[in-house]
Amino acid sequence: MKARNFRYVRPASLQEAYRMLAEAGGEAVPIAGGQSLLAGLNMRLSSPKVLVDIGNLAELTGQSYADGMVRLGALTRHRDLLSSAIVRAHLPLLAEAAPHIGHIAIRNRGTIGGSLAYADPAAELPACAVALGATLVLGSAKGERQVKAEDFFKGLFETDLRAGELIVEVKFPEVPTGTSTGFAELSRRHGDFALVGVAALAILRAGDIESARIVYFGCVDRARVAVSVSAALSGVAVPLEDASPYAAAIRNDVKPDDTPGLRADTKLHMATVLTRRVLNSMVE
Amino acid sequence: MGDVELIGDEEVEVVATLNGKPLKRRAKARQHLADFLRQELELTGTHLGCEHGICGACTVLIDGRTARGCLTLTAQISGKSVETIEGLSDNGRLAELQQEFIARNAAQCGFCSSGMLLTAYELVQGGEKLSRSEIREHISGNMCRCTGYHAIVDAIEAVLAKGLR
Ligand SMILES: Cc1cc2nc3c(=O)[nH]c(=O)nc-3n(C[C@H](O)[C@H](O)[C@H](O)COP(=O)(O)OP(=O)(O)OC[C@H]3O[C@@H](n4cnc5c(N)ncnc54)[C@H](O)[C@@H]3O)c2cc1C
Ligand code: FES
Ligand code: FES
Repeated sequence: MKARNFRYVRPASLQEAYRMLAEAGGEAVPIAGGQSLLAGLNMRLSSPKVLVDIGNLAELTGQSYADGMVRLGALTRHRDLLSSAIVRAHLPLLAEAAPHIGHIAIRNRGTIGGSLAYADPAAELPACAVALGATLVLGSAKGERQVKAEDFFKGLFETDLRAGELIVEVKFPEVPTGTSTGFAELSRRHGDFALVGVAALAILRAGDIESARIVYFGCVDRARVAVSVSAALSGVAVPLEDASPYAAAIRNDVKPDDTPGLRADTKLHMATVLTRRVLNSMVE
Repeated sequence: MGDVELIGDEEVEVVATLNGKPLKRRAKARQHLADFLRQELELTGTHLGCEHGICGACTVLIDGRTARGCLTLTAQISGKSVETIEGLSDNGRLAELQQEFIARNAAQCGFCSSGMLLTAYELVQGGEKLSRSEIREHISGNMCRCTGYHAIVDAIEAVLAKGLR
């Protein structure tokens, strides 16, 4: 199908973008890579009146590392997560997750800001941002504010973003030495959205999990820390033979439901298997 | 303000490079690049299937990287360089790919072929040695209902092998 009529504007600076968004009073939406937005417009799932193209704003680009903090501009593309030396060195979880996002042509255009703002519960990057304890820098004509990733995702495709507000950058605290990260996902075909996925952070000491931070995606309504599983895993010896003793905790966090083509108990089984796999992958 | 009134198709000025030549046109704001190429410029080598990013028939290169023509607004190519199958067919690596596709019957109905060739072109430009599964992963966003993909992977492998010498 074809998108409905809209006005397209191209701000030359971030301040101009804020002004354009504010002036349109809720009738404007930003477009970054367009890889989610345009699919929705073509299907007429939404019909904003104004598109503000933030895709060329230099203020939203770049990756840097200083004082234990990695900053990724909102326009960091999925492909950059694979090529950036900073990401590879300090946030290997993102480099591990990126190849699972769609296909090459999607990764060439899609951005981290767009993925977090879209807040698809099956998307990889929101889960990774929560697992890594990221903070989002949000800006608007009124100024900037910072929101923790775990407070940013409110529900299915729902975030803390206010009308006229943009994600400017995402700040990731460096993963400390001694902390491992792991990633696993199951989808019907490689590149499809995840049916069930796990992003994990854990401190392992002498064959035991000292503490863990587990985030599921694909089988939940939004990216959030799986608190029951994370707590249940502390003190557990790895590698795990079997994660089924933690199935009750997983059920508590994931609250799986029947969806077309996938029953709740299948989801729970997949989440349990992936939990074992991801933890074992983190043991050297 | 707040009340945006739209009367008639909104337009936007596009200044870009298309297949190596300068392009300056007014385009409909809501028109995606694949429709613009096909309908306004009569460059019909870029195909259109699903229109929501799944099939890859609309693949073009933007600044040398594959992109979905159906998920790119014409307006978004301003300041960028776009290449389509029409512009690359005389180019060495693409011509090699075309020959290997023909030799192996990797283009049957041809619907996927322009997108598949551009995606393969991006891959062989990298010049790396790749396994069959890596080739498959790279073309996984381009659907083909005819060939079963083996012939396409064979063709790309053959061109890669030549490049490595
Ligand atoms: C075939 C296909 C397969 C895909 N598979 C996956 C997958 O497996 N996993 C996955 O995670 N994603 C997948 N995607 C989606 C892809 O990752 C998108 O790139 C991403 O969701 C959105 O990024 P974008 O830059 O394209 O955003 P856009 O499409 O431009 O925007 C998306 C939304 O975010 C808003 N927005 C964009 N940038 C900002 C900003 N800086 N501040 C505030 N709001 C902003 C827009 O207004 C819009 O509402 C797939 C897409 C396609 C077409
Ligand atoms: S027409 Fe663009 S991906 Fe199918
Ligand atoms: S050759 Fe017919 S779809 Fe690929």
